[in-house]
Amino acid sequence: MNKTLFDKIWDAHVVTTVKDGPAQLYIDRHLCHEVTSPQAFSGLRARGLKVFRPGQTLLTADHNIPTVEQDKPIRDEVSRYQVDTLAKNAREFGLTYYGLRHSKNGIVHVIGPENGFTQPGMTIVCGDSHTSTHGAFGAIAFGIGTSEVEMVLSSQCILQTRPKTMRVNFEGKLNDGVSAKDMALYMIWQLTTGGATGYFVEYAGEAVRNLTMEQRMTLCNLSIEMGARGGLIAPDETTFNYIKGREFAPKGERWDEAMAYWKTLKSDEGAVFDKEVTFDASRIKPMITYGTNPGMGMPIDGAIPELSAIDGAGKISFEKSLKYMGFEPGEKLEGKPIDYVFLGSCTNGRIEDFRVFTHYVKGKKKAGNVTAWLVPGSWQVRQQIEAEGLDKILEEAGFELRQPGCSACLAMNDDKVPAGKYAVSTSNRNFEGRQGPGARTILASPLVAAAAAVSGKITKP
Amino acid sequence: MEKFKTITSTYVPLPIENVDTDQIIPARFLKATTREGFGDNLFADWRYEKSGEPKADFVLNNPVYSGEILVAGKNFGSGSSREHAAWAIAGYGFKVVVSSFFADIFRNNALNNGILPVVVSEKFLGELFESVGRDPQATVTVNLEEQFIGNNQTGNREPFDINPYKKECLLKGLDDIDFLLSNKEKIEAYEKNRPYVY
Ligand code: SF4
Repeated sequence: MNKTLFDKIWDAHVVTTVKDGPAQLYIDRHLCHEVTSPQAFSGLRARGLKVFRPGQTLLTADHNIPTVEQDKPIRDEVSRYQVDTLAKNAREFGLTYYGLRHSKNGIVHVIGPENGFTQPGMTIVCGDSHTSTHGAFGAIAFGIGTSEVEMVLSSQCILQTRPKTMRVNFEGKLNDGVSAKDMALYMIWQLTTGGATGYFVEYAGEAVRNLTMEQRMTLCNLSIEMGARGGLIAPDETTFNYIKGREFAPKGERWDEAMAYWKTLKSDEGAVFDKEVTFDASRIKPMITYGTNPGMGMPIDGAIPELSAIDGAGKISFEKSLKYMGFEPGEKLEGKPIDYVFLGSCTNGRIEDFRVFTHYVKGKKKAGNVTAWLVPGSWQVRQQIEAEGLDKILEEAGFELRQPGCSACLAMNDDKVPAGKYAVSTSNRNFEGRQGPGARTILASPLVAAAAAVSGKITKP
Repeated sequence: MEKFKTITSTYVPLPIENVDTDQIIPARFLKATTREGFGDNLFADWRYEKSGEPKADFVLNNPVYSGEILVAGKNFGSGSSREHAAWAIAGYGFKVVVSSFFADIFRNNALNNGILPVVVSEKFLGELFESVGRDPQATVTVNLEEQFIGNNQTGNREPFDINPYKKECLLKGLDDIDFLLSNKEKIEAYEKNRPYVY
């Protein structure tokens, strides 16, 4: 039988199958953060259980932490208690924890890959939907709920119904100034936010092969925004070169063994997917969103659809969304003034994103009307920024670097966009209130964010 | 977990599509370390003014609508994996959510908390909104054992799908951890024969 990459990895992880039910899937790697884990640890305590395989779980604090003065105690008492609880759980259950001020601390989906914890062929879960990011390495990676976090901690397994498979091909080459973020926003626009619900997606085609690891992570990261359980890309030399030498990467003979296995990880010729879609990469332009879900996207020089173009039941939601955003049907957004720019998150908070942003703003000045939050995805990213001297260039252009964390991606900390203000954001969700109550989010790539930051408006880079 | 029994109840209509988990429970309420108390903040930004006053035009603040069943527009529960969304729905007192489409993670989270997500056709969903629009006292019956949902105003019924294992878990009030823990030997055997090097 010709198997898809997904089938190969899935089949290799089925411990057993419940009669008429889900598969019991073995989990190789588990990442945990402060927000979705406390109730799971309480559950273990209540049942008198230990963590079954402590070496396969890694903890970090990222969602609910400040991005300034991390050397001081967290001011918000409830947040501090939540972060302290994670530290306490790590100690009590004997787990590795990259807490605040740890040199490896950072956003959970940034630190997994950069430390080599994420590897091809693995099953990887985390109580966070953007776990799909790790699929960039050719792994089955997906977000889970807290009950499932408890399952993994207690048994290293979860029960999962096998999703359907889908392949999205990006044929041809991307134009200059177009990145993986634009590919993703284009795809979600075309397929809608529910377009891949029930599926696990494999990305393929020339434009995907040409992406760097960082860009692949951005693309896989956004899989969840079209409803997919996850997204993955077959590992290749780009993948292997990225992993080699990182802390948790196999070494010596084990590396050779791993490589022999990893090279088998691709969809067989003639493997059949439940659904297959092909896009022409050369047609993709820089994208932005105008509404309150990531499927409400358009090319930056495009116009919001007219009301007449929206079908019956969708009209209420469409109008509600535009009202929230303060936009009109049919309106063009190029040239619109904006108030905030957020560069960061597990979607676009990696070193390459900072390089692109810095390159664009070099020799220019931040617009006076813009508040910019530049938040590296991890301490290692921040150190790299400093090592390359990007921080100096950013400073000259009027930008300031913050400390790592999820920050304004979900605005659990103080990094909240005020009500009614427009933020061009490199994160992943433009939901109502996502970046603060009443905040209006326009999703975009780091390049489009850079152009907005220096012009103060939505601007074609 | 509580055992799931057949329910006949009035229902709360929310005819909005793509209701994401950030709306169900906004991120700033995720700082808690227990499962309790989320019901008060269910749909917080739609439900309360900044001052904390209830917004009169939101359905949960309209006393004519009540019941253990929430009926919502297409693609309910998209977005974040936060199980807090399911805790908020359960905490508020809903036992069933009806929609024409659910996001995957939300569906799992709901089932793991004893909430039944019922998928119905667009047509059936539209009729539910119409019925309750005509009469807020309209009721719905959800029978898990026989897997059907009935609109008691029109008399129409529709079967719904559920994984047989999950069905049994709900009916018996069991959860997945009980199952996994009873399975340790198989897990250890699997680990000895892992097909790769990690
Ligand atoms: S950056 Fe945003 S999407 Fe990514 S893990 Fe943090 S909160 Fe989730």
